[in-house]
Amino acid sequence: MYDTAVTEQTVDQTTTKISARNVQVHYADTHAIRDVDVKIEDKTVTAFIGPSGCGKSTFLRTLNRMNDTIDICRVQGEILLDGENIYDPKVDPVQLRAKVGMVFQKPNPFPKSIYDNIAYGPRIHGLAKNKADLDVIVEKSLRRGAIWNEVKDRLHAPGTGLSGGQQQRLCIARAVATEPEVLLMDEPCSALDPIATGQVEELIDELRKNYCVVIVTHSMQQAARVSQKTAFFHLGNLVEYGDTGEIFTNPIDPRTESYITGRIG
Amino acid sequence: MSPIWTLLFVVALAAIGYGAGRARAMRSASGDIRNLHSLPSYYGANAMLSVLVPALALMVIWLIVQPMFIETRVQQHIPPQSYADSGALSLIMSDVRRVADGLTVAVREGVFSVDDAAGLNSQSTDIRAALGSVGVALGSDVEPYVLKAAQEYRALSGTGQTLRSIAVLALALAGLIWSLRRTNRTFRARNVVERALLALLIMAASIAVLTTLGIVLSLVFNTVEFFKLYPWTEFFFGLTWAPSFGGGSELGILPLFWGTFYISLIALAVAVPIGLFAAIYLSEYASPAVRGFAKPMLEVLAGIPTIVYGLFALLTVGPALVALFGREGTLGLNWMSGGTAVMTAGLVMGIMLIPFISSLSDDIINSVPQSMRDGSLGLGATKSETIKQVVLPAALPGIVGAILLAASRAIGETMIVVLGAGAAARLSMNPFEAMTTVTAKIVSQLTGDADFASPEALVAFALGMTLFVITLCLNIFALWIVRKYREQYE
Ligand SMILES: Nc1ncnc2c1ncn2[C@@H]1O[C@H](COP(=O)(O)OP(=O)(O)OP(=O)(O)O)[C@@H](O)[C@H]1O
Ligand SMILES: [Mg+2]
Repeated sequence: MYDTAVTEQTVDQTTTKISARNVQVHYADTHAIRDVDVKIEDKTVTAFIGPSGCGKSTFLRTLNRMNDTIDICRVQGEILLDGENIYDPKVDPVQLRAKVGMVFQKPNPFPKSIYDNIAYGPRIHGLAKNKADLDVIVEKSLRRGAIWNEVKDRLHAPGTGLSGGQQQRLCIARAVATEPEVLLMDEPCSALDPIATGQVEELIDELRKNYCVVIVTHSMQQAARVSQKTAFFHLGNLVEYGDTGEIFTNPIDPRTESYITGRIG
Repeated sequence: MSPIWTLLFVVALAAIGYGAGRARAMRSASGDIRNLHSLPSYYGANAMLSVLVPALALMVIWLIVQPMFIETRVQQHIPPQSYADSGALSLIMSDVRRVADGLTVAVREGVFSVDDAAGLNSQSTDIRAALGSVGVALGSDVEPYVLKAAQEYRALSGTGQTLRSIAVLALALAGLIWSLRRTNRTFRARNVVERALLALLIMAASIAVLTTLGIVLSLVFNTVEFFKLYPWTEFFFGLTWAPSFGGGSELGILPLFWGTFYISLIALAVAVPIGLFAAIYLSEYASPAVRGFAKPMLEVLAGIPTIVYGLFALLTVGPALVALFGREGTLGLNWMSGGTAVMTAGLVMGIMLIPFISSLSDDIINSVPQSMRDGSLGLGATKSETIKQVVLPAALPGIVGAILLAASRAIGETMIVVLGAGAAARLSMNPFEAMTTVTAKIVSQLTGDADFASPEALVAFALGMTLFVITLCLNIFALWIVRKYREQYE
């Protein structure tokens, strides 16, 4: 298995960042993800779409092993990040999560100041040499999270005191601050107003230059606007995966078509 | 009619009121509940409450006031020269009540007729023998004025009882009639019942508050008495505690206070780290199986009575410590001369507090939302980094509260100290010496046979008051900390 992975990596090393093979996820008796095979490309925004409960969040969480924190969750199959199986016993999930950052469906700022929220990751991973360095990282991250202007005068106020949309952008900035290679975003805009959504979408587009971004969304328009690749999930199956343009204009599977035209979901 | 019968009649009237109120409401709505302002049961409840509340309130007040009133009337029969102070008077009064009760029994047994009992004369009849024959033993022969007072007492009680029954039943009946007259289709019975419930809840709350107030007042009252007899500067700043019941005691609180503080400190030093780490293990690392077993086991510790901990200190921990630190001890240090010591009591008290801290902290840690942990883990933090930097800070106010609560318990603990720390009041830094605490001394001051009006006994109240003030300050401090952090975090 491992050998094939290496050859695979040499073949399309420039594009494939994550490649999943035959992934199954069970929650106790629920079979939440079935036989998913997908190759996610680097420096690309990939959108996961599909009706509620189809397993988008579950699959996203397998990509940085966040499912390890759920006792009843079992993952089978293999997921290669840069050709290395992340479920290999040799792999340290903590190290992995520093490389594969995550923004959750519900904003979850820490009960700390705005500054400390952003500085959390860099401090843990020793990314800043000194305080001045850290200040720079914090400011840069807040700017990239499109929230700098709103919080620059109250960096030491609690992060939990922000509005829901501001909290979500704070969480995005927090994830960006650790300089991950892959950024997983689970419905990052579900709590945002159209203006903040626009800012986050711009941010995602910007992040694409350096990172591999995976975003779960319920908004077709958003998927169409920000992503280059789209994966459509239905009842735990990956039904269709391809260029966003193709999926939205010319879907192959009838289920995909029904979903994007609004007939299932 | 005795109070219990009166009560039964009132309850019966209330039940009738419930049925009648309901029925009357239904009739006024011509049988259709949609025409009523409230559900029929509310009209019933309203009638019921109108019967119960005023009647029972009157009864309670009457039951409290009548004895006080009779007491003052009866006291006039007792010649002032027959008693020296209020203590002696209350002894005579209890004789009076005893004779009066005895007469009641005698009448019931047929020894005297009702008129006899009222007209008895202590010269012509041997009351003591007569009452003795019906099983009421008296300590001495009955003085004429006591008999007179007792007869007056009986007469007044009898009249009072009759009047009370009549008044209470009349009020109950009046309540019934008034509420039934008010009952009609548009009457807002639901709102009335709502207000009655509110009053009930307020009453329960005020009873709790008033009791506290009563306790504090009784403490304050006796403390003031104490400070009239003993200078407060010596009490608060005196360095020796040497009560002698013959007088000339030295009652300085500092040695006791130091003992309390020292033992609590050791107890917390044991309980806080162990309890907290146990809580962290249980809530963050333990598998459900381990948790399901270990948590109840820990909580069993909390159910052990403190006297058992005291025995443990006396029989196990004390000797073990002596074996280590004593004269012929393993370490050869000769620090400890007897099993009872600050260390013994502190260690055992610490063990007692472990489940207290661990189960409170466990609940608090568990209530930190999982999303918080996910956020941290998702940034590549390890589990212990997450706990240290996210979970514990979020749980801190609660944990501090738990620790301060444990401190209050440590300060108030008595049994373990009595058995584990000894009874010597001493100001010393050596934790292997016997010392004692405020609570242990309160017990020994009040269980001695000192006169209750002497400073040696009254000092117990001053000690209690001081302890109360300290725990109060501790609780206020806990609240302040919790609030401070809440402002920062929410
Ligand atoms: N912690 C869990 N324990 C048990 N079952 C779970 C758990 N999380 C998800 N599931 C189940 O797995 C399936 C997929 O859930 P998932 O959260 O991945 O859906 P989703 O596509 O993200 O939905 P949504 O769009 O509503 O967020 C659902 O049937 C869900 O009930
Ligand atoms: Mg989801």
